[in-house]
Amino acid sequence: MKPRRREFLVAAGCLAGGIGLATVAGRAHANPAALGTALQKVTGGASIRSGKVKLDIPPLVENGNSVGLSVSVESPMTAADHVKAIHVLAEKNPLPNVISIYLGPRSGRARITTRVRLADSQQVMAVAELSDGSFWSDTRDVVVTLAACTESVI
Amino acid sequence: MTAVSARIHVPATARRGEIIEISTLVRHPMETGFRRTQLGERIERNIITLFVCTYNGEEILRADYHPATAANPLLTFTTVAADSGTLEFRWTGDNGFSVTERTKIVVV
Repeated sequence: MKPRRREFLVAAGCLAGGIGLATVAGRAHANPAALGTALQKVTGGASIRSGKVKLDIPPLVENGNSVGLSVSVESPMTAADHVKAIHVLAEKNPLPNVISIYLGPRSGRARITTRVRLADSQQVMAVAELSDGSFWSDTRDVVVTLAACTESVI
Repeated sequence: MTAVSARIHVPATARRGEIIEISTLVRHPMETGFRRTQLGERIERNIITLFVCTYNGEEILRADYHPATAANPLLTFTTVAADSGTLEFRWTGDNGFSVTERTKIVVV
């Protein structure tokens, strides 16, 4: 009986190690450093202040393949003072850029709704560029139970 | 396949100066380019990269889509009802993908 028990334990250990490795490999794809580069590209080095922007996204998501979100920005949307662009970024996606939307005074209101993919539990950020050149942002934490299938085999 | 590839919702009539909501939905798999087959081959990226909405020929909204946009991209936005006329929606992407839809609006 004893060797059998040992065999079982060794097999169980290998399995656990395998799962651990798979998880590490999954995380390795995430690239938080790329977020900085993406932000730099969006803002051109300008500083980002928090406020004015409201990012609506569920705090707990069951399926990362389709996550509904909406972004609204406080702005009169006149020719002199309007939102030029809204960018959504996700730090742990293989590519941090999620969507970029370019608006203008003809939009009437700065509010958009869309559906995105999230590869992992992470912070999602919405950045708004105003016509005066300032940048404003809002950040939300999202827990994803089933990640978008960036790694999966079909 | 000649199934409907895009759905647009725009109010048929609006008052001048009213802010109207526009919903757009287009059929597309939005293959990310990060997935692999069982043989380990990378599945090539196939996404919509650009969406443009024009109102009587004038651009009112432009959006850059990335692989992180979910399949069958949905986008809801607003515009000011200025004049009666045509709204045009155009999606373009990888592998020569291009879909154009038009809707009429009556502004009173």
